[in-house]
Amino acid sequence: MNRLPDAEKLCAQLAAELKPVVKPSTAMIGLYTGGVWLAERLHADLGIAEPLGTMDIAFYRDDYHQQGLARDPKRTQIPFAVEGRDLLLVDDVLYTGRTVRAAMNELFDYGRPASISLVVLADRGGRELPICAQYCGCTIEVAKGMRLRLLRDERGKLKLELQHAE
Amino acid sequence: MQNNPQLNANGELRHLLSIEGLPRDVLAGILDTAASFVGVTEREVKKVPLLRGKSVFNLFFEPSTRTRTTFEIAAKRLSADVINLNVAASSQTKGESLLDTVSNLSAMQADLFVVRHGSSGAPYLIAQHVKPHEHVINAGDGRHAHPTQGLLDLYTIRHYKQDFGALRVAIVGDILHSRVARSLIHGLTTLGTPEVRVIGPQTLLPAGVEALGVKVFNDMQEGLRGTDVVVMLRLQNERMRGSLLPSAQEFFKHYGLTAQKLALAKPDAIVMHPGPMNRGVEIDSTVADGPHSVILPQVTFGIAVRMAVMSIVAGN
Repeated sequence: MNRLPDAEKLCAQLAAELKPVVKPSTAMIGLYTGGVWLAERLHADLGIAEPLGTMDIAFYRDDYHQQGLARDPKRTQIPFAVEGRDLLLVDDVLYTGRTVRAAMNELFDYGRPASISLVVLADRGGRELPICAQYCGCTIEVAKGMRLRLLRDERGKLKLELQHAE
Repeated sequence: MQNNPQLNANGELRHLLSIEGLPRDVLAGILDTAASFVGVTEREVKKVPLLRGKSVFNLFFEPSTRTRTTFEIAAKRLSADVINLNVAASSQTKGESLLDTVSNLSAMQADLFVVRHGSSGAPYLIAQHVKPHEHVINAGDGRHAHPTQGLLDLYTIRHYKQDFGALRVAIVGDILHSRVARSLIHGLTTLGTPEVRVIGPQTLLPAGVEALGVKVFNDMQEGLRGTDVVVMLRLQNERMRGSLLPSAQEFFKHYGLTAQKLALAKPDAIVMHPGPMNRGVEIDSTVADGPHSVILPQVTFGIAVRMAVMSIVAGN
């Protein structure tokens, strides 16, 4: 696999796929950092009435006892009642599933949603937990020592990038 | 890095003993993390699972209500188990040494010690002797330092004034006996505050206080002029030795904050006080309860700041 898929195209494709599932009870939450960028785009494209929620899962990570607290965690902001909502949880890349597990734990401290669906731009495999995405832009095989992530340039254009993990 | 007992080999905060000597990015990191915890404290469920299964021992060799309570709330909101020890009333009176007390608590599988002690340096002594997985937070030692109070003061100032780079801050009253003042001065200078003033009678100013980088004023009117932040200190009656002051009434006349004196500060100045307040001694009720006062928000922010400090040190 030499070339990575075009993130802009994947984003448009996801928006088209999600359009029919948006209901009055739908609300969206993006996970920092790449997931928020993608969610901002989808949220605007889909015209979701509730304002966008943003979440940093730093306080719910399962590797705190190995890694310590992440530097400069962002403030989670959920500007709507979670109770009874059909939530679209948005992240850029799905890998081990641990971020999604942490996000769901944090979400339930806000209330009991009617449902949660996971939306990701790319699924790179390597799951360590029983989690899957309901809406997935593409599937990419990525070797273990590599990191796949979303970038956003100064004009707001989204792009997938592959780099060596530190 | 090796000679700073608060930092680990990677320069990360392992104990919080004093604001003095903390690098600017470590200080700013604590304040940023606290901002995220403020979000948690505004939710319906004010709890996160970070310190689940950890034991926090509140070790108070000196009485305190507010600081001990806010540490307890902070630890509980991080899901830790909290054990409060009023040591003054137990082992110490039976003659046990400080380090023996700590060794015993360590044998009860403590992870974090929050220590207040009347002797300066006591938390340092404990930090030198704890096991690698144990952490120490100074909750006030003698006249030396009260770093979490200093941090919550810094957080409050940043919340209302955003940037330290253009501020004039006045700290008023009993500077001599105040560990709060020392911690705040170090924090303000580290974060680049251009002008820090201390205001008080000569008898309540430590000798050579100018060396901390502050401007000294004995006249309160002169000192308050054009300030953005006014920090009032408690007149520490119980620490007074001999006759440093004629009377509390005399003190109020010269150094008590009244609406009239506050009018000399900037129109949008904020008034802070670490508590407990002596109304009519260092601050007038109309100011304490007035529109410039941020004294109660300080207490609320204090919980988030202590959550940040505990979760940072316990993870390093």
